[in-house]
Amino acid sequence: MRRSFILTCATVLVSIAPLTRAAEDLGDPEAGKVVFAKCKGCHQVGEGAENKIGPHLNGIFGRKAAGLDRFNYSKSLARAGNSGLEWHADTLSAYIENPRAFASGTRMSFRGLKDPKDRANVIAYLREFSDNPRDIPEADPTATGTDHSVDPAILAIQGDPEYGAYLSSECTTCHQIEGGDEGIPSIVYWPDEDFVVAMHAYKDKQRPHPVMQMIAGRLSNDEIAALAAYFNNPQ
Amino acid sequence: MTLNRRVFLGATGAVAAGLSAPMVLAQGKPRVVVVGGGAGGATAARYIAKDSKGEVDVTLIEPSRVYYTCFFSNLYLGGFQELSDIAHSYGTLAANYGINVVHDWATGVDRDAKTVSLAGGGSVPYDKLILSPGIDFVEGAVEGWNISSQNKMPHAYKAGSQTELLKAQIMAMPEGGTFAMVAPPNPYRCPPGPYERVSMVAHVLKANNPTAKIIVADPKPKFSKMSLFQEGWANHYEGMVDWIGEDFGGGTVSVNPDAMTVTIDGEETKVDVCNVIPAMKAGRIAEMAGVTDGNWAPVNAADMSSKADPDIYVLGDASQQGDMPKSGFSANSQAKVCANAVRGALTGSKVFPAKFSNTCWSLIDTDDGVKVGATYEATPEKIAKVDGFISQTGEDADLRKATYEESLGWYAGITSDMFG
Repeated sequence: MRRSFILTCATVLVSIAPLTRAAEDLGDPEAGKVVFAKCKGCHQVGEGAENKIGPHLNGIFGRKAAGLDRFNYSKSLARAGNSGLEWHADTLSAYIENPRAFASGTRMSFRGLKDPKDRANVIAYLREFSDNPRDIPEADPTATGTDHSVDPAILAIQGDPEYGAYLSSECTTCHQIEGGDEGIPSIVYWPDEDFVVAMHAYKDKQRPHPVMQMIAGRLSNDEIAALAAYFNNPQ
Repeated sequence: MTLNRRVFLGATGAVAAGLSAPMVLAQGKPRVVVVGGGAGGATAARYIAKDSKGEVDVTLIEPSRVYYTCFFSNLYLGGFQELSDIAHSYGTLAANYGINVVHDWATGVDRDAKTVSLAGGGSVPYDKLILSPGIDFVEGAVEGWNISSQNKMPHAYKAGSQTELLKAQIMAMPEGGTFAMVAPPNPYRCPPGPYERVSMVAHVLKANNPTAKIIVADPKPKFSKMSLFQEGWANHYEGMVDWIGEDFGGGTVSVNPDAMTVTIDGEETKVDVCNVIPAMKAGRIAEMAGVTDGNWAPVNAADMSSKADPDIYVLGDASQQGDMPKSGFSANSQAKVCANAVRGALTGSKVFPAKFSNTCWSLIDTDDGVKVGATYEATPEKIAKVDGFISQTGEDADLRKATYEESLGWYAGITSDMFG
């Protein structure tokens, strides 16, 4: 009896461990709302949010740094955006940990959030004002590379970029090869793993978009790997 | 090449740097001629030129220097796009891809000599010919209407001046006036198109002329995205749209362009605008090439080659391929399969299996977008549907707005896929 009890416990621990870790990574939006009080003096978020001393933070995920037309950013942040910096959980975390260390000329005069938990919480809070998982196109709050499990054997497949180039023509009817992302997200220069994970999430209908579920639904594991290899560095 | 001087000069504007070099080097190179610079033809020309990296000589014959996409032309009618937003030129295809762009009408195909003759004189030889001419109208399809009536009762189903004319007529309607549409029978270009157009006209009238009415005479008992459109018309334009389907005599229609009357099932109505969208057939050059059977050109699903001639391929609206709707998205999808096969046949490059897909977005009112789509595969008989989806009635406003924004992204994507 006792032995089986221990076994059961072990099983439960193993199965819930990844969930707990994921939940910690994502942070707690309720706690984040409290942390956001430190940001409120300059930033608005939520319905009707406008640019104030700092830009509004609606839809921040996936946005290019210095990406709002109507806000006058520092040259430093504008340069970072033009060189490809986008706001995702990891880049946001690095920025708010110590803004001046991350972008030396930024006008954001904030000394930073040293506690990783505070950062995770406030980022989780901001996620609530980025695209919702059922929205299309999806923004990356729901598209972080770790939100779906894919068999390591599938992740290990080396894709054939030439085949990927042919298959890609089905994607480029909507997704621009130059990486434009108005209304439809950019799919170029993604790390292979993120691309493969995202496509399998559509194939398994874990991600909600009907066009993508349909397109991914009939791609084989090799074809997804080929597309990842091609879009990682097209042409 | 046997292009005469006049055509050559006509083409240089668009061709710029691209023409002289490839022409000199073209001796001995396999030659592809593409007729029609829309979603099928422009895409096929671009992919063959791009992927063959100069190994294939590509000529694109298209009469218009400025091409207006038929897709999104309804959004111009609704005031959501400017006409200039849907205008495209061929400069990039010529300059960056080395495509010989010839702005002229193709007037005939000599399948034995393998040449295409041009209205401006001369002819262009080909090893492989791709026809993507879009649609023409079946003569006598709507009693009282022929192509010379198009200035009084526009079809606006080839975008450009016709679309502009229809918009001007809508804006000039008297208060409380009547807009009539004669909808086409199946199969026709862009299945949701007439009904998106009704929505866009209603949108404009609601703002400028709210007591105006819309009558649609339709020979079909049902139409694409019917429940979505009818829900949208009831929600946004209550009481404005009167759709008369086959069951109520919508197929028994005649028009009188001089008197501006429409007679539906024996009942004559005076109207202020009448948009006649007649029954359609393949663009004329397909018939002149002798690759049509009835109104359309049958093709093999694996590579879009004509069933009448293995060296001719037919793309898009003009083709009879099976389950795919006649849409810009479909033509673009078919063009890539065809380009892969043509390049393989001419240069020995690897030919991958055919995959096709389509999605059609429609706008019902501001930020109220819907869509329908499917994937397809090649079978020995036809292009066959594999899987599909459609927007649902009762979706929330955020999803509809995102669908509309997605359609804008798609437009940017497909037009850069076509024109470079």
